[in-house]
Amino acid sequence: MSLDTVLRLVFLGAAACFVLGLHLMNRPPTAQRGSSVSAAGMAAAVAATVVLLVRSGTVSGTGWAVLGAGVSVGAMGGWYLARTVAMTAIPQAVSLFNAAGGGAAALVAVHDLLRVDDTLPAGPAAAAALDVVIGAVTFAGSLIAAGKLQGVVASRPVVLPGTRLVNAALAALALGSGALIVTGHGGPVVLAVTAVAALGFGVAMVMPIGGADMPVVISLLNALTGTAVAMAGIVIGNTVLIIAGALVGASGGILTKLMADAMNRSLWSVVAGGFGTGDAPPAAIDPNARVRSVSADDAAIQLAYANRVIMVPGYGLAAAQAQHEVRELADLLESRGVDVDYAIHPVAGRLPGHMNVLLAEANVPYDQLKEMDDVNPEFSRADVALVIGANDVINPAARRPGNPVSGMPILDVDHAHSVIVIKRSMGQGYAGIDNELYTDPKTGMYFADAKKGLAELAAAVKVLVG
Amino acid sequence: MTEFTIFVLSLLVGYEVISKVPATLHTPLMSAANAIHGIVLVGAALIAVTADTVVGYVLGFVAVALAAMNVVGGYVVTNRMLAMFRDRARAGREREDAR
Repeated sequence: MSLDTVLRLVFLGAAACFVLGLHLMNRPPTAQRGSSVSAAGMAAAVAATVVLLVRSGTVSGTGWAVLGAGVSVGAMGGWYLARTVAMTAIPQAVSLFNAAGGGAAALVAVHDLLRVDDTLPAGPAAAAALDVVIGAVTFAGSLIAAGKLQGVVASRPVVLPGTRLVNAALAALALGSGALIVTGHGGPVVLAVTAVAALGFGVAMVMPIGGADMPVVISLLNALTGTAVAMAGIVIGNTVLIIAGALVGASGGILTKLMADAMNRSLWSVVAGGFGTGDAPPAAIDPNARVRSVSADDAAIQLAYANRVIMVPGYGLAAAQAQHEVRELADLLESRGVDVDYAIHPVAGRLPGHMNVLLAEANVPYDQLKEMDDVNPEFSRADVALVIGANDVINPAARRPGNPVSGMPILDVDHAHSVIVIKRSMGQGYAGIDNELYTDPKTGMYFADAKKGLAELAAAVKVLVG
Repeated sequence: MTEFTIFVLSLLVGYEVISKVPATLHTPLMSAANAIHGIVLVGAALIAVTADTVVGYVLGFVAVALAAMNVVGGYVVTNRMLAMFRDRARAGREREDAR
């Protein structure tokens, strides 16, 4: 068996590892193994590439130096960022790594188009043009998405007059100049126009989308990067790139759909953007309804003398990084014999499943985390539901038709005997509608930042009933 | 045409391979998929060494650096997330044992 055959088999094995790895990640018990299998495939593919290059014997000293320097810089940067990023900032980090992948995929095609003097055949040329367009869109789009989550870029939907027109024009420009490349009329100038238009489209596409839709957008951009990588594979004729890229493109697409479904949003309405910018229908709330504000002491007594408390953590808890404070309060209550559970909405936090990760970081025991369908029947037996920075996922209006949250699966917090809501203000949630739970007579509003509020509640419990 | 065939078949595999993922795993799964498209490192390495101009070398360097960041960062961050699930599962078991 020749070395070439061996290398091809290694690449095929790597592709198989990616498929198997993704499959193992479908279930929590095997997820860790899935990641290892996929990482082993990646290591094998990279090693095979090095052997391939050494064997070709055509690589110059400069070539090796550039390669070595690039890998060292990128690997160290990625490692440092991934090790040091706070668990609450994981979505931004994923988005940044996605931007890097998209940029790399686009550059592969750019490099190829600049290097080839004769025009490419239509097939590879189409793949190269698509690679540049998709790669540039995901590069710019992912950077903006990361910026929005980090707060560097305004996270509210930024809709300027004529935004749709600009978007359409940029898309037309990118695709038009891309078509020139395919038909053999390309060149450095056409290529530059294509790339710049695509970058502009990436920015313009993500800017009008609000921060809470970012998970879906990042997942979508992730799938697009996969597609760009597959195109890069077609350009340079490398099978493992095609397989891995297409794999991510399709599975990322499905994942995007799952996430959008859990948030009761259609993919189209996410991408169309501008959600919650004031065109929401008038809220169904009674203008005369009164909000009952409670102090830390009142809330603490209510919690300390309850038999059963259900914590309902939401986006506000993730944003305030209050996962440790909520666990401390829960421990304190448990030491007093209060039965404490956590109700986890599928899209609580900043990404689906993110809340589980955050609470796991704070060492909340696995068996206290209850998924929505399991915990909903239990609310009617709970003395207090403590809502921490959640809003739309507990809005009873979702049970009625005709409003932006209609049909969204919610936690039945309003079935609890009493409700305490920790929230910074009466501000509306992401859906832009009022929450009638807040004016329910059995609800007490405790206005505070999640982190500070929980710490104060714990302190009050200690002082009052210690 | 072969390449296009592989592309389409791989799309179908990707469509089938994840189906009923619990919401808990959506974020790690997205991160894992993100790491997998770091395979573009192989492509970036192959083109970087074929450069023969300064522009070519610069493009190659940037492409390789970005791709390496994607691979390393992607896997490290995925494993950090999954490690918590493992710890959590163990914590849950220990809790059971203590009872």
